Formats: sequence, C-alpha cells, structure tokens
Amino acid sequence: MSTIPAIKGVDETQATQRARTPGGVIHEWLTTVDHKKIGILYITYALIFLVIGGVEATMIRIQLAVPDNHFVSPQVYNRLFTMHGTTMIFFVAMPIVFGFGNYLVPIMIGARDMAFPRLNAFSFWISAFAGVLLYFSYLGASGLYAAGSAPDVGWFAYAPLTAKVFSPGHSTDYWTLAILLSGVGSIGTALNIVTTTLCMRCPGMKLSRMPLLVWIYLVMGGLVFVTISPLTAAQIMLTLDRYLGSHFFDTQAGGSALLWMHFFWIFGHPEVYVLVLPAFAFMNEIVPVFSRKAIFGYPAMVAASVCIGFISLSVWAHHMFTVGMGAAGNTFFVFATMVISVPTGIKIFNWLATMWGGRLIFATPMLFSIAFLFQFLIAGLTGIILAVAPFDWQLHNTYFVVAHFHYVIVGGILFALFAAFYYWYPKIVGRMMSEKIGKWHFWLFVIGFHLTFDFMHIPGLLGMPRQIYTYEADRGWGTLNLIVTIGVLFQAAGVLVFVYNLVRSYYVGKMAGPDPWDAWTLEWSTSSPPPDYNFAVLPTVKSRRPLWDLKHPEDPDSDYEL
Amino acid sequence: MSSASTLPMQPGAQAPWTQPYRGTVGMACLIIAESAIFIIFIVAYIFYLGKSLTGPTPDQVLEVPIFGTICLLSSSITVHLAVGGLRKVNLRAFTFWLAGTVILGTIFLLSTAQEWYRLIYERGLTLQTNLFGTTYYSLVGLHASHVIVGLIMLSLTLLFALFGRVNEHHIEKFDTLSLYWHFVDGVWVVVFTVVYLVGR
Amino acid sequence: MSLCSKRQSAGWGKSLAPWMSRGAACGALALSLEARADSPMTLFSPADPQAQSIYGISLFVLYITLGIFIVVAGLLTFVLIRYRQRPGDENREPAQIYGSNQIELSWTVIPILIVVTLFLTTTRVILGTEAIAKPKGALEVTVVGHQFWWEYHYPKLGIVTANELHVPVSDEEHPTYLEVTSADVTHSFFVPRLAGRMDVIPNRVNEAWIDPPTPGLYLGQCAQYCGTQHARMLLRVYVQPQADFDAWVKAQQQPARQDFSSDRTAAEGEQVFMHNACINCHAIAGTVATGRFGPDLTHLASRDTIASGAVPNTPGNLRQWIDDPNSLKPGCLMPSMHLNAHDLDTITAYLSQLR
Ligand code: HEA
Ligand code: HEA
Ligand code: HEC
Ligand code: CUA
Ligand SMILES: [Cu+2]
Repeated sequence: MSTIPAIKGVDETQATQRARTPGGVIHEWLTTVDHKKIGILYITYALIFLVIGGVEATMIRIQLAVPDNHFVSPQVYNRLFTMHGTTMIFFVAMPIVFGFGNYLVPIMIGARDMAFPRLNAFSFWISAFAGVLLYFSYLGASGLYAAGSAPDVGWFAYAPLTAKVFSPGHSTDYWTLAILLSGVGSIGTALNIVTTTLCMRCPGMKLSRMPLLVWIYLVMGGLVFVTISPLTAAQIMLTLDRYLGSHFFDTQAGGSALLWMHFFWIFGHPEVYVLVLPAFAFMNEIVPVFSRKAIFGYPAMVAASVCIGFISLSVWAHHMFTVGMGAAGNTFFVFATMVISVPTGIKIFNWLATMWGGRLIFATPMLFSIAFLFQFLIAGLTGIILAVAPFDWQLHNTYFVVAHFHYVIVGGILFALFAAFYYWYPKIVGRMMSEKIGKWHFWLFVIGFHLTFDFMHIPGLLGMPRQIYTYEADRGWGTLNLIVTIGVLFQAAGVLVFVYNLVRSYYVGKMAGPDPWDAWTLEWSTSSPPPDYNFAVLPTVKSRRPLWDLKHPEDPDSDYEL
Repeated sequence: MSSASTLPMQPGAQAPWTQPYRGTVGMACLIIAESAIFIIFIVAYIFYLGKSLTGPTPDQVLEVPIFGTICLLSSSITVHLAVGGLRKVNLRAFTFWLAGTVILGTIFLLSTAQEWYRLIYERGLTLQTNLFGTTYYSLVGLHASHVIVGLIMLSLTLLFALFGRVNEHHIEKFDTLSLYWHFVDGVWVVVFTVVYLVGR
Repeated sequence: MSLCSKRQSAGWGKSLAPWMSRGAACGALALSLEARADSPMTLFSPADPQAQSIYGISLFVLYITLGIFIVVAGLLTFVLIRYRQRPGDENREPAQIYGSNQIELSWTVIPILIVVTLFLTTTRVILGTEAIAKPKGALEVTVVGHQFWWEYHYPKLGIVTANELHVPVSDEEHPTYLEVTSADVTHSFFVPRLAGRMDVIPNRVNEAWIDPPTPGLYLGQCAQYCGTQHARMLLRVYVQPQADFDAWVKAQQQPARQDFSSDRTAAEGEQVFMHNACINCHAIAGTVATGRFGPDLTHLASRDTIASGAVPNTPGNLRQWIDDPNSLKPGCLMPSMHLNAHDLDTITAYLSQLR
C-alpha cells in the first residue's frame, strides 16, 4: 500500500538480536523498562482480564435468561457482578487505555521513552499485582478452603454494606486493597504520561502541533490525578474503618452513608471520562486517516477535550438523584450533566465534518470507528435521558442504566479499542491483522452487541432493577432477558474470533512495513515494530502531520495551520 | 544502523527547543494528586465537625500547636536557603541549611507525637472514640506520614552531603525535593486552619 | 404494540416505537413481544399525578433525543454513502479542510439552546415534586428498610406492620407521606407506577409522597443493592377505598388474638413460640414477644405473602418457612430453628390464627 517516498528514519537493522532462550525472553519481559514492552504487557494483561470479566458476564446472563433460574446461588451471583464490574473497570478498561498510551504517546511525540521508565514498570507491576490480589480473594477471603468468597458488595460498594458488621470475613478487604493498589499504579502511569508529553516532545512539536491523541492523553492524565486520588482516600478510610475501628462510614456511630456515595462518585464519574477520552483519542487518529482528510477543527477538538475534563468534575451527583438531595442540589447536577453534551457534541460533529467530502475507506479499523460513532451517539443520548432527574427517579438502578453504560463502555470504548487494535497492530507487531477475519469479528460483535444492549433498555423501562440474581415470572421481563442473553453468545464468538486473529496474524499476517495505512503521525515514520530506541535520529516537525509534509513537499500542512 | 534524519531538519529559523525539567513536572503532578487526597480527608473532617455522638469534642481537648507550626513553617525558609546555597555552589551553606531543615522538621514531628500522646493517654481520645477522633487522627496522621517521608529523603540528602557526594549537578533534583517539602508545609497551613482554628 | 398493559393515552405508543427501534435491528420484534408482556412495574403506566408528571417529561425528553438522533445519525448515514470510496477512486486525494469557526460556533450554540430547554423543563418538574409543602390532611407512614424486608409504622394510628403497605385512595389534599429510613444498610423504596422512589438510608430520614387516585395493588421492589437477598425484597402497596382502609386500620389496631380455648393446636403453638428464640426477633402485640429484628407478626395471617413478597402466605409455605427459611429465601437473616415436626405444626397453626 505504501507508495510514499522512502522514510529515511527507518532503521533497517532488525532490533535486538539477543539470546532468544525462553528464560531469556521471560527475564527480558519481567525486567523491561521500555515503554513499548510495558505497553504490550498492559494490553495483554487487560485482554486476559477481558476474557475473565466476559466469562463472568456470560454467567450473569445465563442466570438471568429466564425468571426464577437456579444456575447460580444468590451469593455466587452477587460475587459475579461485583467481580465483573470491578474487573472490567479497573483491570480491563484502565490498563488497556494505559497500555495504548504507554505505547503510543512517546512514539507520537518523537521521544525515545517515557520520562520515568522505572516508575512506568513499577506502575504496571503494582496494577498487575492488584488484579491478582482481587482474584486471590476467591481462595483467601474466608480461608483457603472456603472457596467462592470473593467480594459481593457491588462495584460501587455503598457503605455501610462494606462495614465489618454487614460484610464479615475479608472479601471486602481484598476488594479495597486491590483498588487501592491499582490506583497507585494508575497515578504513576498518568504522572508518566503527563510528564512525558510536557517534557519530552521532539524539536518543533509545540503543544499546538501535538497529535490529538497525545492531547487527550494529557487531559486524561490530569483527570486521573484528581479522580483516582479521591478513590484512594476513600479506600484508605474504609480500610481504617475495617481494621482499626474508625467510624468514617459507620452509621451506628453517627457516620454518614452519603459521604461514601459522594466520595465514590467524585471518583466514579470522572473515571468514566478517563476511560472514554482515550476512545475519542483513537477516533481522532483513525477517522482522518481513513477519510483521507485532515481532522476538522483541531483547536475546537482540543478545547472540547479540556472542557470535558473540567465539566466532568462537577457532575458526580447525577448518580445520586434519588438520595434526597433536595431540589437545589438536583437542579444543579442536572444542569452540569447536560452541559457536558455540548463539548461531546462538538467532537461528534467534527468527526462528521472530517468525513464530509473525504474518501472513506471501510477497512476494519474504520468499520469499528463508524460503529463507535453511531453507538456512542445513542449512548450519549440515553445519558441525557438519565440526566433528567425526574426520569432518573424512575430509571435509577434499573437495567436502563446498565444498558446506558454498557452502550458507552462496550459500544463506545470497546469498539474504539478494537479499532485501535486493527489500526496499530501492524506497528506493534510488524504484521497486518487479517481483514477477512476482522470483518467476521466486526459483524459478530455488532450483532451480539445490539442484541444484548439494545434490548436491555426495555426491561429497564419496564422497571427491572439491576443487581438482582433473579426475578419473578409475573413481571414481564422474561423474553427480553432471553434475547439479551442470546446476544452474549455472539459477542463471545466475536471475542474468540478476535483473539484468534491476534494470534494468527502474529505468525502469518502480511508484513506491514513502516506505514501500511499511509498515515501522517510520527509513529509511522519508524520501522514496525519500532527499535528499542524508537528513532535513530530524533525527528523534527513543522506541523501537526509531519508525514503529510514529507509526502507532499509541494503542499505542506504548515502553510495552513493556525 | 543506516539513516540520516527522518524528517528534514530546518536549520536555523527556530528558537532553541527547551522544555521544562521533568522532575519538576512530575513532582507537580504528584502534588496535584496528593492534594486531591488531602482534600477528601479535609472534607470528611469538616463534614463531621460537631457530629460526634459522644465526647470529647475538639474544643475540650485540642491545644493549638504553635511551636511545632512555627518550626515547620520556618523549615520552608531553611530549605529554600539550602537550594540557594546549592545553586551558588556553596556546599557548606547548603549542608548547614539542610541540617536546619531536618532538625526543624523533626521538632515538628516530635510535637505532633507529644500531642497524640497527651490526647491518647490523658484525654482518652483514640481513632475509635468518636467521629472527631476518627477524622482528627487520620487527617493529622496523613500529614505526619508525609512529613516522615519528606524527612527521610531530606536526611538521606544530608547524609550524602556530609559525605561530599552532592554537587551542583544535583540542583534540579534537590529543587524537586524542596518543592515537595514546601507542599507538605502548605498542607499544614490548611490542616492547621481547619483543625485548630475553624474546627475548635 | 405497547410497552405496558395499562397505559392511559394512546398517542405516546406511536412515538415510542421508532425511538426504541433506533439502532436496534429488531425493534419491531421487541415491540411485538412486548405487546404480550404484562409488566406490573412498567414506568409507562403512571398511576398517580406525580408519576403522571414524570411520565410527561419522560416523553418530552424521549422526543427530543429521538430528534437529535435522527438528525445526527441521518447525517452520518449520508456521509457514509455519499463519500465512500468507489472503484476507480483510489488515488484521489480529497481537498484538505482544516476547520471553520462559523460552523464550529453553530454546532456549539444549537446544543446549548437544546440543553437550556431541557434544563428548564426538568427544573419545573423537580420543583413541582420536591418543593411542595406537606398538606394538613396527609396520612403519615414511617417506612423502615431492613435487610430483606420492610417495616411500616403508622405513628398516628398506632399500627406496626410489615411488608405490605396499605394506604387509602388519596388526592392532593390527602396524600400519603412516607418517611423512609433504614435500620441497617442502604435500600431504595421503588414503586414505579406510583413514582415512588426514595433511597432508604440509615441515619437519615427521607420524605416522599404518593397520592394514588385508583385502588389496586401496586408492585415494586428494593432498588438499591443491599446484600444477598436484595432481589427478593419485594414491595406491595395496597391502595384501598377509604372504607376498606378504615376497616383494615381497625383490625390492625386490635391486639393479637389471645383466646385459643377452642383450638388446642394453636394454643400449644403459642406456648412453643413463646418458649423459643422466636420472641427475640419477632413482636406479637400483647405477648412477651417483643423482638424487633424481624417483622412484626401480630397480624401475620392478614397478609397475602410472607418474607417480603417472596412466597404466598399459605400454611404450607409458612411451615416450610419456619422449618428452613433459607429454602424459600436463601441468604435471608432468619435462621432455621430446627424445630421438630410437631412444633412446626403447632406454630404454623398458631401463626395462621393471627388475623
Ligand atoms: C465511559 C463511560 C460513560 C460515558 C462517556 C457516559 C456519558 C454520560 N453519562 Fe453515563 N454512566 C456510565 C458511564 C458513562 N457515561 C456508567 C458506568 C454509569 C453507571 C454507574 C453505575 O451506577 O454502576 C453511568 C450512569 C449515568 C447516570 C446515572 C444513572 C443512574 O444511576 O441513575 C447518568 C445520569 O445523568 C449518566 C449520564 C451521562 C451523560 C449525560 C453522559 C454524557 O457524557 C453523554 C454526552 C453525549 C451526547 C449527549 C451525545 C453526543 C452529543 C450530541 C450529538 C450533541 C447534541 C445533544 C444534545 C444537545 C443533548 N450516566
Ligand atoms: C469495561 C467495562 C465493562 C464491560 C466491557 C462489560 C461487558 C459486559 N457486561 Fe457488564 N458491567 C460493568 C462493566 C462492563 N461490562 C459494570 C461496571 C457493571 C456494574 C457492576 C455492579 O453493578 O456492581 C456491569 C454489570 C453488568 C450486568 C448487570 C449485572 C447486575 O446488575 O445484576 C450485566 C448483565 O447483563 C452485564 C453484562 C455484560 C455483558 C454481557 C458484557 C459483554 O459485552 C461481555 C463480552 C465479552 C465476552 C462475552 C468475553 C468473551 C470471551 C469468552 C466467553 C471466551 C470464553 C473462552 C474461553 C474461556 C477459552 N454487566
Ligand atoms: C435471628 C432472628 C430471628 C429468629 C430467632 C426468628 N426469626 Fe422469623 N424472621 C426473622 C427475619 C429477619 C425475618 C424476615 C426475613 C426476610 O423476609 O428476609 C423473619 C421472618 C419471619 C416470618 C415472615 C414474616 C412476614 O411478615 O413475612 C415468619 C412467619 C417468621 N419469621 C416466624 C418465625 C418463627 C416462628 C420463629 C421461631 C421458630 C422465628 N421466626 C425466629 C428473624 C428471626
Ligand atoms: Cu434492600 Cu435491596
Ligand atoms: Cu456519571
């Protein structure tokens, strides 16, 4: 595909020719401080947990397929959704976006590594340990032989259900510690990403020339500091309560259950933007390339991302419309929540404008991106519906909410991640992923996704609460739940096809070359996979699309940009 | 290894390419994150003011730790002077002010320890007593733990300095450390205001 | 084609259909399935004025979002079709456009206007429900959530009961005021058709009101995860005509039946009950049983269900419940007392007499 003038910076000598004994390889990966390897570790680790969390989701769905089902006991079910939610948010979504950030940010700004490589490795390993710790609870929480004692308090773990009286044993302690540690890892990585972007850009790459992906990671990093930290603080308090007998969330001693809710959602809401911003970031890179056009409205995109970052800090109590905040509180949070649709809309419209007048190439990454656009639109609109507080009094904690957030997280973020996989896999591995299998993956997952999550809205409207292990037959939710469950089979098939494609392409994929998509950002100027040091000579850039300038010397971008 | 520069270099034309020192930026990030943690603890403290079901209450037992506070705040000045000393490559001044900082910080820590001793053994206030105890010890304790971390790092630097291992190349690193110390001081101003002035 | 069996106006059904099928390949299928479903907890069959006003704004926001969806998704579809790469097109390099401030401004301002509209409408409904003074004629009920069951006090009437809430048919002047609080963890009182949703939070009293104009049984359930049996913490609200309600009140105000001289088994059952741990957790007015951990059993037999709606109140179920509560409601907080068959029979007989 690439017919561009040879990119000279490509280092033709193949990277590392070190000892390739299995032990050597393992040792290399365990001790690596290279941002690319750590990125790959993050991503692989997240994929493993995606399958684990997905298997839990599948079991949840089997249990709910019909009313009064006895597939699992209530105790097991409650553990399943707690572990599913916790795993997916903290050990799938977070590490996977950090993984891509780790891999891409330094290369896209023309740096050789992160600002603090050892901190980077530390952050990964502590997050990895946290995940293992969470799952060790299955063995450890009530002694080795009382298997099946994982946390069962829900992913938002409302106090005082987490107090020692209501949650004896150690399952909640595992949950708390796992999240605390993974939070430390997240803050470390975010610190690294922010510092790298601010201090390691190659000559010429002013902030106003950074790829949008890097901009968004910068915002996301900043957001992590102010969101994960409150969670860390709240977890410290909970640990003190459980181990040292303090009373932060002890309602018997005058403590407040609301305080935990506030602390959790002060984390929880911005957290979902921490997750969705990278999805936007992938769109910003992929949509232009497959439309063959520059991104429309770069400054507006940057401004919108920054706005989203700030506004998202002021909306948390839309998760608490039913706690009796009173009219003033409710109206404030309604307003703040709705306002966030403005910068988000700006993004959607700018992608539209980018595609407008372009030449759209429907390669797999683009397919996933298009699905993202539609699905995120719907998901955002159901978000607006939930933001109407009176309607939320009816919808809160029903399956409508579950449908809303899976629509964003699966239909939005996961689709964007799949797009990112197909787009950057050639860079990371050096071989293309199969387009044909990719299309299978795409259609299976789209069908499964819509079967599952479109139909999930309806039981919500019919009043079906979430986090229930079973429901009465007379409620009229049965058929819908069955359809929802059937959808999961397609999703699972899609995921299996995806994993197969990942593995297969590693061995037999078509060689990619440095720039298979004819793209414009710096990562495509070095070989695939890039050498340890990324660039033999640090590049110098004059515009936002350095490779465009290189390929079109007669008409460089720098003449047009503001 | 083949290859010249990837992308055409633009000779001249551009201003020299400078970016901030990463230690400073990293520390600034850490400070933002830490501030968020402190804010949550402070919010909890304020939220629970006067909500304890049983005594003792802050105005019954708290005494304003003026001496410790003065020590801690002056340690900000001494650490600043130490930075200045290092910048001027005056290692004796550097070591002197650094030692001063460590001593002042230690005095502050001791005054906190003494206060806790008094509260626990004379007034019977512990973490478990009531909401005041819970929030007071955790907030002040969180700050004290940051003082301890800072003191450990300052003392290590002092050791290196005494063994002559510090020189002018370490200025940026030490500057970063001093930033942390200023942060710890700044937090104390807030904690002090909330706990001893507003909360009493 | 409707989401609910008891919907009141016919107009909204038509508008909801396309909304629901958006994005869904099989929306029509869903609707045809729904036509058969009987959904007692649907949001689209409001049964009191408050639910009605929420329902109104729900439709309003559904329309608006549907409109936005049609416009934006339509544009997207247009772009996909119009600008897709066609054969022979492969080497065309489209014109590079970097942005336009006017356009940028227009798609900032229009959403702002929509947001303001939505916000103002929402505020009106919020103020209409939350900022209203309590009328004099209100009936007061205190609702206490417990892990997996509900306790109801009528402070002015001196009634304590559990799991089944009785209220009279009411109007704006005579609504029922619910003061909700919790004895342990956070629950949520959720009866969709009465717009009744209020979180039930320990150490805090929340207020909600309902004024259903039509009698009937309204179902709901706890809607905040509260532990193992959160799923079976069901809610039943009986809305009765005033006369029926008064009769019910009268019956509930009586002390528990004491005279079992004609019924030997029940009399024996009373003795067994009073000599077992039952009394530590259950209260029966007028006896030594004054426990507060479990539901009040004074008029147990007047209730249609036991264990918070988990099973119908039949002697068989009652006996099984007392024998082994976990077999009917696994994870509930009443332990099995390991009574022998005889004791079980007598206690069942006794409790069945408590009308
Ligand atoms: C990545 C994840 C993500 C994202 C991006 C969002 C985005 C949004 N979410 Fe969502 N949300 C979650 C994840 C996410 N959410 C999760 C996980 C929960 C549940 C947690 C739990 O309880 O377990 C939740 C719950 C949740 C609630 C609480 C529901 C409840 O518990 O009762 C609410 C209520 O307001 C809400 C609203 C919104 C809004 C308004 C947006 C907005 O950002 C959407 C903005 C986008 C658009 C509106 C579309 C594009 C815009 C245009 C085309 C412009 C024109 C549009 C207008 C003018 C309206 N969300
Ligand atoms: C990143 C976030 C994320 C993701 C990706 C998902 C993905 C999915 N989730 Fe979930 N979910 C949450 C975050 C997420 N979820 C959260 C935060 C909650 C709230 C928890 C709480 O309330 O506490 C929740 C809750 C939740 C519920 C509600 C449970 C309840 O309230 O009772 C349900 C029910 O259907 C559900 C379903 C699904 C399904 C079907 C998927 C599917 O998309 C999953 C698709 C993936 C697979 C199907 C895996 C495929 C692989 C295999 C099956 C391979 C098998 C092969 C081998 C073992 C070799 N999720
Ligand atoms: C440790 C406390 C405890 C003891 C002892 C106990 N119960 Fe219970 N009981 C409960 C609780 C808690 C519930 C509510 C369970 C639920 O619905 O989740 C309950 C529910 C019931 C109910 C159903 C009430 C209703 O309104 O639905 C009956 C009947 C009952 N108990 C009878 C008995 C009898 C008879 C005994 C003695 C043999 C007994 N209980 C002993 C705690 C106890
Ligand atoms: Cu009570 Cu859920
Ligand atoms: Cu939110």
